[in-house]
Amino acid sequence: MTRVLEVKGMKKYFGGIRAVDGVDFHVNKGEILGIIGPNGCGKSTLFNCILGQLTPTDGEVLLEGKPVTGLYPSELNKLGVSRTFQLLQVFPTLSVRENLILAGQEHQGTKISRLFGRGDAGLTDAANRMIAFFKLDHLADQKAGGLSYGQQKLLDAAMAFMAGPKLVLLDEPAGGVNLTMLAALKERLEAINREQGATFVVIEHNMDFVMSLCSRVVVMAEGRVLAQGTPAEVRADPAVVEAYLGH
Amino acid sequence: MIRRLDPDLAVIVIAAPLLWFIPAGFKSYGLYVVSLWLVMAIAAMGLNLTLGYAGLKSLAQAAFVGIGAYATAILTKNHGVAWPVAFLVSGALSFGVGVVLGFPALRVKFHYLAFVTLAFAMFVFLVARNEEWLTGGVYGFSNIPRPVIFGLDLSRALPFYRFVLVVTVVLSLAMWWLLRSPWGRAFQALRENWMRAASLGVDIRTYTLLAFAIGSAWGGFAGALYAPLVEFIDPAPFAISASFVMLLTVVVGGSGFFLGPFVGAFLSFVLPELLRVTGGWDPLVFDPGVPGPLGFSPTGILGLVERARELVAQRRAAAMRAAARPMLEGSEAR
Repeated sequence: MTRVLEVKGMKKYFGGIRAVDGVDFHVNKGEILGIIGPNGCGKSTLFNCILGQLTPTDGEVLLEGKPVTGLYPSELNKLGVSRTFQLLQVFPTLSVRENLILAGQEHQGTKISRLFGRGDAGLTDAANRMIAFFKLDHLADQKAGGLSYGQQKLLDAAMAFMAGPKLVLLDEPAGGVNLTMLAALKERLEAINREQGATFVVIEHNMDFVMSLCSRVVVMAEGRVLAQGTPAEVRADPAVVEAYLGH
Repeated sequence: MIRRLDPDLAVIVIAAPLLWFIPAGFKSYGLYVVSLWLVMAIAAMGLNLTLGYAGLKSLAQAAFVGIGAYATAILTKNHGVAWPVAFLVSGALSFGVGVVLGFPALRVKFHYLAFVTLAFAMFVFLVARNEEWLTGGVYGFSNIPRPVIFGLDLSRALPFYRFVLVVTVVLSLAMWWLLRSPWGRAFQALRENWMRAASLGVDIRTYTLLAFAIGSAWGGFAGALYAPLVEFIDPAPFAISASFVMLLTVVVGGSGFFLGPFVGAFLSFVLPELLRVTGGWDPLVFDPGVPGPLGFSPTGILGLVERARELVAQRRAAAMRAAARPMLEGSEAR
């Protein structure tokens, strides 16, 4: 099975704090990998190191076998890695459609061709399809800042898929989203995974969400990998139970 | 299918011929004031790109007008260079300096960046005042020639005003195109959430430098018109206070609104001339009247227009909902 992403010996120290302390994992093509762990176990720091938001203290990131450690977030995105953030990150004064066009435009042609080309970089149709796919049709021309929290979460996820990425890292997609919206989000993610063969890594606290969505789960605790395997294996692991529930 | 005309573009297309004919009867002083309005609107348009669209706090726009004005004055008066060449050189020079000034913006943001640009504005002012060999120092430059373009003599007030109008329209259209292109969207993304923008492939470094450079170039273009308009320049109009007036112009007009600079420049540069009738009491009208409204509309005059439009849309939607309710309730009853 081809490995889309491989992380080797990832470490990130903040002074004396070892936020991430030697993490190894890989992501196979087409799978949905979940990363879980208690608050402060280093999940988001790990994400930020992989995605070039933070410079890792040590370690290596391979994208389809090629080293991409320390690339700028924008460069990594051009190589087909997309993400969402833990806190909401949409562009509030742009409309929903404009948000989506923005999410895809930097992958169309060159800067110069974009300056002299069409205002929408030829992406209006693609944006409309994405809007329909995420069932945001009635909101297409609304400013993103005026949407409800759950709707913004959907838009946030939709933006991550606009450029047809190889790999999408989702940082707590379910956080603060109500059950109806959560079901919609899960269904959409599964559909993209099934129809386009997109590969995901999901950080999540919501156990039901992770266990039902992911094919494989990595459990982190205190900056290290505690266990990994299928959701059933992980749930049965005594070390995981202890990390989550204590003695 | 005919697409709906963009409202900003529509205003340019409608206003241009009106502005061509209406001031025809003005005396030379009136023509000077409307010319000044357009020139300063060009400079404000540049700052509106840097500040309003890209969100980069710059306090140096008047310095770029100064760079353009001095470059044009030196080239056309001392070296006999044709005005169009001096105009392009002024823009290019400001663009280049703008790139350099953009580098601190890659490291610092918000008011820290404002201080860096403030230092630069002070530097330009000091060069203009002290380097007499280049700029004429406090005595400045007088008798700056007005251009002759394609055999048209623009030395009289009306032809020169119309020439300024043509340049303004061309620069407005160029800015309109830039802002509706993917670049404009990238600039706004920079302002709203640069970290998210980077994660979507937006090249933060290049767009930050471009936002500074293009905004500065518009300052330089404005300067290239300012020098022959006033026919005399000294360092005073490019001092730090002038950069603050440019900031006020952009913010009062409506920062991040395409037409904001025209509204703002009218208030900053034309209104004080109109208020001369008050015989020295003009600050009593200007100070509460122009910056004052920002208290209840932080997004400027055009922000108020936008809000009114949203309110109308909301009312209309509410009316439609109210009209639809009996139908919905009726169907439920069945």
